[in-house]
This record gives sequence, C-alpha cells and structure tokens, in this order.
Amino acid sequence: MTAKTLFEKVWEQHQVVPESADTPAVLYIDLHLVHEVTSPQAFSVLRAQNLKVRRPERVLATMDHSTPTDPDEVFGRVPIKVESAARQVKEFEKNCREFGVELHDMSSDTRGIVHVIGPELGATQPGKTIVCGDSHTATHGAFGALAFGIGTTEVGHVLATQCLLQRRPKTLAIEVTGKLRAGVTAKDLILAIIGEIGVSGGTGYVIEYRGSAIEALSMEERMTVCNMSIEAGARAGLIAPDETTFAYLKGRRFAPQGKAWDEAVARWRELKTDPGAKFDRVVSIDASKLEPMISYGTHPGMVVPISGTVPEVANDPVHAKALNYMGLHGGEPMVGKPIQVVFIGSCTNGRLSDLELAAGVIKGHKVASGVRMLVVPGSQQVKREAERLGLDKIFTEAGAQWRESGCSMCIGMNGDTAGRGEYAVSTSNRNFEGRQGAGARTLLASPATAAAAAIAGKIADPRAYLPH
Amino acid sequence: MQPIRTIESRTVVIPVTNIDTDQIIPARFLTTTTREGLGKQAFADWRYDANGAVKSDFILNKPEVAGCDILVAGRNFGCGSSREHAPWALLDYGFRAVISTEIADIFRNNSLKNGLLPIVVDEQTHQWLTNHPGANVKIDLDTTTLTLPTGATAKFPIEGFARVCLMNGVDELGFLLQQAPAIERYEQARGF
Repeated sequence: MTAKTLFEKVWEQHQVVPESADTPAVLYIDLHLVHEVTSPQAFSVLRAQNLKVRRPERVLATMDHSTPTDPDEVFGRVPIKVESAARQVKEFEKNCREFGVELHDMSSDTRGIVHVIGPELGATQPGKTIVCGDSHTATHGAFGALAFGIGTTEVGHVLATQCLLQRRPKTLAIEVTGKLRAGVTAKDLILAIIGEIGVSGGTGYVIEYRGSAIEALSMEERMTVCNMSIEAGARAGLIAPDETTFAYLKGRRFAPQGKAWDEAVARWRELKTDPGAKFDRVVSIDASKLEPMISYGTHPGMVVPISGTVPEVANDPVHAKALNYMGLHGGEPMVGKPIQVVFIGSCTNGRLSDLELAAGVIKGHKVASGVRMLVVPGSQQVKREAERLGLDKIFTEAGAQWRESGCSMCIGMNGDTAGRGEYAVSTSNRNFEGRQGAGARTLLASPATAAAAAIAGKIADPRAYLPH
Repeated sequence: MQPIRTIESRTVVIPVTNIDTDQIIPARFLTTTTREGLGKQAFADWRYDANGAVKSDFILNKPEVAGCDILVAGRNFGCGSSREHAPWALLDYGFRAVISTEIADIFRNNSLKNGLLPIVVDEQTHQWLTNHPGANVKIDLDTTTLTLPTGATAKFPIEGFARVCLMNGVDELGFLLQQAPAIERYEQARGF
C-alpha cells in the first residue's frame, strides 16, 4: 500500500468521480454549513431552476455575520438597527423554511458563529468533508476533517447536488516542535506561522499541522490554528484526530452514540498520515522560540513579536501605504502604543477557553479610561457556559460590554465597528484596511494580549498580566 | 453566461500587492440578497473618502481609465474572504479580466464561475504591464495566450474544465446535475 497523507485519505474517500485531464473530481460533501450572507443568491438559483436541496439533513444553518449582538436587537425588543441586515435575516429564514433546512435562528439557544456551533454540536467530525460560504471554514480541519471555504455559486452546487467540482490541491506540512512558553498561545503560534510563510505561502495547498506542539494543543487551540490557514492563502488546514479529539466529541448532540461511537473512533484512528507519506512542501517551526505576537500592518502576515518594533522597509510603497493607514512608523516599538478599542470574540478566539484566558488577565482590573471593550461569545452555548463560570461578571465589572453571540466587530457589517482612525486590539483574524469599520486600525493578537491592552490602555506584553 | 473567446482592452493598473476582497468590496455592502449593482461599491473605500466624496487621485476615478476592461494588480490579488461579491462587483463595475502574478484560490474559483478571467502571468510580463498602464492587450482563451501591444506573448494557466465552460457559456451546475446517478451510487455505498 502506498503511504498516504491524512488529506489524501479524506479526499479519496469522497471522490464520487475521480478527476481526469478534462474534468475536476466530483467531491462529495458530508456537511454544508450555511449562513445568511453568502447564501441568498444560491437559494435564488435553486428557485429559478426549480431545484430542491438534495440533502437537507446535511445542511447546518445559522445566522451570525450580519446579526446584531446587542441583546435588545437580538431578542426583538427593538428593531435590528442595520435595516438591510434585518431584511437579509428575514430572507434567510424564508429560504430555510421553503427548502426544508433546519435553522439555528435568532431565538435558538444553539445559535452562534457557524464555525463555533459545528464543533460544539458534534456535527464537525474527523474524516468529513465540510464546506461553507466562508473562508474560515478551515477551522473544522482541527478535527481531521477536510474543510474549506467556497463562493456562493458553489454553495448552490452543494445545496443542489451535495457535491463540488474540485481539483486536487497540493499538500504542505507545517511541523511544529518544541513547547509553547507561558503566555504564548495558539493564536501567537498561527500568527507566527503566517508571518513565516507569508499571506500567500499556502496558496494552492492544504496544510497539515503536525508535530509535538500541535499534539499538545486542546481542541479549541487547534481550531484557532486551523481557522487562520486561509490567512496564509491555504483553503484548508487540518490536524490528525487523536484522543484529545475523541474526548471533545464524545456525547455531543450529533456525535455517534453507543456502538456507533466505538466504530467511528476505530475508523477515525486510521485518519493520520502514514509514515513515509510525501508532502509537496514541508516547513518547520520551533514553538519554544515564539513570543506573543501582534500585527502592525494591513494583512495578517505583517506581524512582530510583542517586544518588537515596526519593521523598516526602504523603497516599498506598499509597505509605506500600510504603515500610513495604520499611523505607524518604521522602528517604533509596539508596546506602549495607545489604543481605543478591544474586541474579544470571533471564530478565531471566541470560545470558552479564549474568554477564560482574557478573564484571567482582566480579573480585578478595570478597562482603562478611553478604551471601549467588547466581549462577544462565539455562540449562545459559549455564552451560557461563560456565565455559569461568572466570566460575564468579571468582564462587566471591569467595564467591558458583554454581548450576544455573532461575528460582531470581526467583520463590522452588523452595527459593531471600530471608529475611523481608532486602534482596535482584536482577537479576530483580519487586519485588512476597513475590516472592522471604515478607517479602523486593527491590531491582531491573542485574548491575553487583547485583555492586557484593555487594562493598560495601550499595547502591552500580556506576560506581565497573567495570573500565576 | 455569454461565451468568452477573447477579450481585448486597455488596462488599468493598481500596483498594490495582497489586495484583499475587503478592499474589492467592503463587508458593509454584503447585506444585499442579489448579485446585481455592486459595481458602484467596488473599491469603495479607495474611491470615496469618509464623506462620500470622490478621491480624485485614485486611478479608478481618473477619466483616462474609462472603457478599460482589464485590471492589472499586484501579487496575491483577491486574498481573504470567500465573498463572491468581489467578482460580482468587479464585473458590474465593467472589468472582464484581472491579471496578476498570483491570484488567491477562492477568488480565482469564484471569478471563473462568473466569467471574470483570472489571468496569472510571469514576473517579466507583469512588470511590463505595470510599467505600461493603458496598454491595449488581448487575452485569448482558446490558445491561453496574453498578447501585449509589442507583439510579445505569454501563456497563462487556466483550469481546463472551467475554460471549456467559459468558452461555451455553460454553467458548471448543469454538469454536476448530470452526475446524479454516480452521486446516488456513492450515497448508497456509504449507507446514506
């Protein structure tokens, strides 16, 4: 038997028709995640061609991107402020109803960011193919699933046929050895990886994250790493399932039960790269050398260690344009830069452990005057669990706002934005110009770094604030 | 979709690397439920200032680019979000092709499905194009060749099936629907 990578195993199990010189593979999709922003035009195509959703039970639908996080708007006590968003939500409800798709809607206690609820409901499982009209679908790769983002036309293809036409991507192994030091998180690791390989270093590849530092991560940390694969250009990033994965999934709503569970685990244990399997490219990273990371520019590859300075690059108009947008100068230290906004949340860092980490830093402190801090749980379930642990009190007593779940300020299309010229330390995934609001300046960091900045009122090294 | 064989036009050059889809169309415009009319929001934050006034120094606001259907941009064009609104906005604005040395995966896929040609060329050809904004170039899908006004040519890669679909104006969904018997067999084999 030829030695195979994890990716190859999952790919081959889902080929309805293998690729040829003339046509891409017809790839079966086990789970289709659908949300309100990238699906309306796909449902319109189905309607125009009189097509049905082929497998409604394989569609997991929720609303997250354009939905408000203000409790009054979420629970209908006041109208949704962004009118076009309210119309989009209505249309989505209608589409799901008409096409027989179960919707985790605004009033549902299982609603949340699509990449948070898939795993927490146990719908995300090893070996599955998972797609969504969202580039952060790679998150689900943390379970050893082949998960990637697609456009709206392809959302229509999957709704109608449960399949996609795909060319086989190349494989990139990112081997992470060593041990992350105290105060250095999975977010810092993935930011360092993107800084190392660049924002297009993964284009055309599926990444497999492997090595002792990856195996040591919890499921939530693994999701943070896989989530940002797209920020290195890779549509998918995956991690072989192991005992950590199985322990996370056991007992969740859509996870197999009883005998089926044992059979599933036996199958899932086969989902690892065989010894001797070849990757098209291999990159090695030593986790023990990393520091907390922070972005300084306008894409996620523009990152430095927190103790670093803004890089000076001569004769590079694009670099100069980025620094001009950010209001930063080459050679300037990152620590000490005053900030105005802190955002904790998103599909990258909006899970319970992220909120616990931030709460641990902020407990007993106050948000600095002049700083607005938003804490947005990744799902209603995360919110309930956090409240059970009293995390909401820690945040609100410090002066932060505690919200309902959603994408919120990560994408700034739902009423939550940072202002023009404001510096926002954010646990989200993109620092593109205007991403968090027109003119807003995003500094990507871990929940610990974001919480430290909230207390200090400026960029600060989180290691000085971590509880012992 | 209309069949596409060749595109001949003058170029607009935006010599910026890593132009992400949030620049091509900012997220606040994604609450639409149709694909029409997004051209007025293409590059919105580069075209207009905070008060909505036209930024006259941005290339797309200059009179000489009227009628230019081909965009030349820096490496890694279309990175970031999977929003198909990006190619919809560029097409509605009037672009029919984008040329770069590297084009992000999801954006490239989305473009092919809508008839916006994502053309990847070598560094040397790209450098020439960057240095000659407004040059009249020809893209030939049949021969997968880009021809510069100097007569120089460059081959470009394009996925074969997508190319056939574009040249014949057919939709990939039709092909997928024809696979129904194979899909049924697959589902049965897996016990679905």
